Amino acid sequence: MAATQKQPITGAGPFNGLLTWIDQRFPLMALWREHLAEYYAPKNFNFWYYFGSLSLFVLVLQIATGIVLTMHYKPDANFAFASVEYIMRDVPLGWLIRYMHSTGASAFFILVYLHMFRALLYGSYRRPRELLWIFGVFVYLCMMAEAFFGYLLPWGQMSFWGAQVIVNLFDAIPIIGPDLAIWIRGDYVVSDATLNRFFAFHVIAVPLVLLGLVVAHIMALHEVGSNNPDGIEIKKNLDANGRPLDGIPFHPYYTVKDAYGVAVFLIVFCAVMFFAPEMGGYFLEYNNFIPADPLKTPEHIAPVWYFTPYYSMLRAVPPMFNSQFPGVLVMGLAVVILFFLPWIDRSAVRSIRYKGPHYRWWLAAFVVAFLVLGYLGTVPTNHWGQFGGWLGGAERATVAARLFTVVYFLFFLLMPWYSKIGPNKPEPDRVTG
Amino acid sequence: MNPVKSVRLALALLVLSFAAASWAAGGSVRLDRAQIDVGDPVSLQAGARSFVNYCLGCHGASLMRYNRLRDLGLSDSQIRDNLLFTSDKVGDLMAIGMTRQDGKAWFGVAPPDLSVIARSRGADWLYTYLRAFYRDASSPTGWNNLVFDRVAMPHVLWHLSGQAVLEVREFRSEGEARAAQLQSKAFSTIAEQGEGAHKRFLLRSMRVDVPGSLSPAKYDETVRDLVNYMVWMAEPAQQSRVKIGIAVILFLVVLLVLTWLLYRQYWKDIH
Repeated sequence: MAATQKQPITGAGPFNGLLTWIDQRFPLMALWREHLAEYYAPKNFNFWYYFGSLSLFVLVLQIATGIVLTMHYKPDANFAFASVEYIMRDVPLGWLIRYMHSTGASAFFILVYLHMFRALLYGSYRRPRELLWIFGVFVYLCMMAEAFFGYLLPWGQMSFWGAQVIVNLFDAIPIIGPDLAIWIRGDYVVSDATLNRFFAFHVIAVPLVLLGLVVAHIMALHEVGSNNPDGIEIKKNLDANGRPLDGIPFHPYYTVKDAYGVAVFLIVFCAVMFFAPEMGGYFLEYNNFIPADPLKTPEHIAPVWYFTPYYSMLRAVPPMFNSQFPGVLVMGLAVVILFFLPWIDRSAVRSIRYKGPHYRWWLAAFVVAFLVLGYLGTVPTNHWGQFGGWLGGAERATVAARLFTVVYFLFFLLMPWYSKIGPNKPEPDRVTG
Repeated sequence: MNPVKSVRLALALLVLSFAAASWAAGGSVRLDRAQIDVGDPVSLQAGARSFVNYCLGCHGASLMRYNRLRDLGLSDSQIRDNLLFTSDKVGDLMAIGMTRQDGKAWFGVAPPDLSVIARSRGADWLYTYLRAFYRDASSPTGWNNLVFDRVAMPHVLWHLSGQAVLEVREFRSEGEARAAQLQSKAFSTIAEQGEGAHKRFLLRSMRVDVPGSLSPAKYDETVRDLVNYMVWMAEPAQQSRVKIGIAVILFLVVLLVLTWLLYRQYWKDIH
């Protein structure tokens, strides 16, 4: 019997007996050691390494606040809008819970974008962390689905018309599109049936998948070990006990460091939540305070900021063969292409610290493209006016969006070649500062 | 210019403008600043009075409860005696009897619920809009609005503000129109009309033709109070939100110092 072979727990606390009892029936100490006390993380994590644990923190926050919101929200086209205002007015501290959830949604995307950018900086997706990266991209896809379903629930004008636009993307798929769109909506237009099923997806289906993926993501991380800003393997330098010389136990070192990170994050988060919960119309869109009206299309439909880079691409691609599908395809590929990153990066080194200048410039161009596309997605396409006659009076913003869409894709498509170009700097044997 | 002439001119210009195919979509509207203060209970109470007197006839505020007005320093009996016209219980919502169907039949569009209107329109828009009504014989209500062209709503506050008429000045260049706009203190908009050599820039402003019971300054103040109230009503928790926020941030700063000290203490041996 395995249970009898385990050593009794002899800690400093008063619960040794209880913990021993549990440990003989459940791999308590094994889990504790494997994932916290004896998970050796590189000691040189920098600023960029806060965003993983912070994302997890916000995920928990979203689930906790979401459960409370579910207690008061009514997924019914006649009551949804009013029930959100009921939460804002009549539920004690309901406004706080609601703002936590709405600010948390945007915070989640900010943190995850920074977390993904960290992977681009230090090559964290490279072998043997390919599957870790793939789980991460699936988490990102799940978050997009979760955000999309959730955004319909307040049943404001932007909820309604945003959902209309996104479901119509599926409508553009050849042959099966129209039927698929009806199947997703459960109706010929976005309606009560749509709201009800989106509620089901938002509060149970997608969160379940999301949680499973996050667990898989962390398990894969702990299987292969964390990368670090130098992009070198700390497992190559072990001490006499087989522990990495440059590694430190996750607990207590990174638990206390991440607790400090949480405190910093919470100050920024609370400053937004308490003093600017609408964030100038980016976190809560002004038009979403008008109840959904199927008969009145808003002049300018913009998704929430975290989708705007892809929305820009969608609008930038001109319709071909009388179909919007090419735009939808480009938008989909922009996300799917992330899956291939581990195999298209052919650099001899992982980290940007040692990569040659070509990769640095391409990464910079990619960041600029992503940010500009994100901005352009928030404004109407005529925002920058039009070019003069020499470009046929084309809209400047549309031309810019096309240009940056091309840059976005070239970053990935040309990576197999430019990532190989040196000169790389020599990697150190041991991690540096 | 007498009122008949100016109304005729306005009418002619409107017809002309509808005929002209090229109206700038949004025009250029520089809204007046509302300069409200949701921390001013006197202004909010005055605004609440105007709101129930003038707005609540046609618009509901069906997500707002009367007894929330206690947050403005009013007692239940004060609310019941002075502000409760559409219901008999202070715990009721500020709903109205008019159905959306009735509203649509009578006005062409159902008057929107005003509970959270300040969050979609913004204070400056509401403040400017409520001061931008002018006489327009061509419209079904006899009123038009500089901010919201051909709005279905009549000018409910006209006996306070008086009756204004439209004044239009034509300019050949946008620069001249803008210069004139900057010079005039009153609210105005610039619209484009015509094509090519016939392109004109119309500076449209208002002139009070028949004074109302309030002076223009007093009317502005009444509207400011009303808008202040609507901004407060759109989020009654906003003041406690800021108050709680300051306390939470102060707590978090303490937490930040403690976690930082803990982090430094644990990491002092890591090099």
